[in-house]
Amino acid sequence: MPDLSTASGLVAALNEGNRRALARVISHIENNDALAQPLLAALYPQAGAAHLIGVTGAPGTGKSTLVNGMALAFRQQGLTVGIVAVDPTSPFSGGALLGDRVRMRDLAGDPGIFIRSMATRGSLGGLAQTTADVVMTLDAAGFARVIIETVGVGQSEVEIASTAHTTIVVEAPGLGDEVQAIKAGILEIADIFAVNKADREGADRTVMALQMMLALGGTGHQQILHHGRMLPVDLPPAPPADGWTPPIHKTVATQNQGIAALVEAIEAHRGYLQHSGLRQTRDRLRAATELRMILRDLLLQRTLAAIPAADIAALVHAVAAREIDPYSAAQRLVARTTS
Amino acid sequence: MDRKIRILVAKPGLDGHDRGAKVVARALRDAGFEVIYTGIRQTPDMIAEAALQEDVDVVGLSILSGAHMALVPKVREALTTAGLEDVPLLLGGIVPDEDIPVLHQMGVRGVFGPGTPTGVIVDFIHNELREPL
Repeated sequence: MPDLSTASGLVAALNEGNRRALARVISHIENNDALAQPLLAALYPQAGAAHLIGVTGAPGTGKSTLVNGMALAFRQQGLTVGIVAVDPTSPFSGGALLGDRVRMRDLAGDPGIFIRSMATRGSLGGLAQTTADVVMTLDAAGFARVIIETVGVGQSEVEIASTAHTTIVVEAPGLGDEVQAIKAGILEIADIFAVNKADREGADRTVMALQMMLALGGTGHQQILHHGRMLPVDLPPAPPADGWTPPIHKTVATQNQGIAALVEAIEAHRGYLQHSGLRQTRDRLRAATELRMILRDLLLQRTLAAIPAADIAALVHAVAAREIDPYSAAQRLVARTTS
Repeated sequence: MDRKIRILVAKPGLDGHDRGAKVVARALRDAGFEVIYTGIRQTPDMIAEAALQEDVDVVGLSILSGAHMALVPKVREALTTAGLEDVPLLLGGIVPDEDIPVLHQMGVRGVFGPGTPTGVIVDFIHNELREPL
C-alpha cells in the first residue's frame, strides 16, 4: 500500500495512476492545508501538456449535459478527460449542493475519466480560488483534456478566460435579445459559442444575434479588473484580424446533436493557438496573473502579521468614524511594514 | 484552512423516489456540508467511483424500495474494493426495525427512518467524524 499521508507518497501514487491518491491530492489543495504547497511544488513541473477547456454560460443552458457529451466524444478519440465542475457555495451556511454529476452519469465506470465537483467557497468569479490548482493537478496526472465547468454565471464572471485555453460560452434560445449579445462581458471571452437546446424555438434568432455581435467586431480589451479586488486579470489578447473568429455551433446536448462538430472546433482552436504562438502567450499571461494573485495574498498575510491587531482595529474604527479615509489608512499600514 | 465536510448522497437501485434524498441533501447543505448529489438509479460501482473521485468523508444512501438488504452489502463491497472501507456509510429510507441490527453488522453506521429530524442526521455525522480523534 502506498503511503498517502505524505506529499511524496501521494505524488508517487498519483504518478502510478492511483485514483484515490489523485482525489486526496485535490482535497489537500482545495483545503489549502499543510500538504498543499509541497504537493503543488512537486506537481507543477509535471503539468502543462493538457488542453484546458472552459465551459461557461447562464444557469440552465445545459452546460453539464454538454460537458458529458464532449467528454464522451473525446473518449472516442482515445483522449483521457478530467472534469472540474464548480457549483456555488451558500453565502449563508457555507454549505453547497454539488449536482453536476447527475448529468454526467454516462461517464461512470470509465477509468479514462475523472470528475471532481468543487464549491466556490466564497469566490465570486464563477470559479473557486483553488480551481486553477485543481485543474493543474489533473493536468499533471496526465489527462489530455481538462474541462472546467463554471457556475452558471451572469454577465461579468469572466475569470474562466484566464484559466482555460479554449473558452466555450453556452447560450440557449429565449434568454435575451440582440442587445444582450452586444453588452460587454461574458460574450467577449468566447473562443467558441454553443447555442444549446437548438431544437427549441428561437435558436436561429440566438445564432443570428451572436453572428451580428461578432460582425460588429471584437474588442481590444486585454485586461479587466477582477471583481471587487482592484486586481488586474490579464485576458488573452484580441486575435489579429486574420485570426480566429469564434464559430457558433448549434447543439442539442441531450440528444448528442452537434457535439462532434463542437469538439472538432475545440481541436481546431487548439491547433490555432499552437501554430499562431498564442498558446505560449496565453500560458505566459496566466502565469503572470497567477503570480500576482499569490503575491497579493502573501503580502497581505505578511502585512497583517507584522502589525498588532489592536492597531489595525483602531484604524478600522477611525475609518468607520470617518476620521480618516480607507486609502490613507491602508497607506499608513503599508508604510509601517516597509520602513 | 477551510476544511469542509463532504458527503455523497446517492440513490442505489431502481426506485425513483428521490424526494427524501433531496430534502436531506438540502438540510446537509444548510448545515454547512458540501453535498455531492448524484441522483437516482446509481449502481454500487457508480457510488463507489463517485465517493472515490470526490474524496468524501461520508456516503449516504437513500433506499425506499425495500431492497436495502440486497443493495447495502453490494455498495459496502464496492466501497471496499475502491479502498474506501473506512468511509462511514449511512442509510435513510423505509427500513423495518428487525433489519437495523443486521445492517449495522453489514457496516452501516447509522439508519434513519421516515420522520427523522434532519438535525439528528447532521449531529450524527459531526459525531461520527469526530470519533477517531
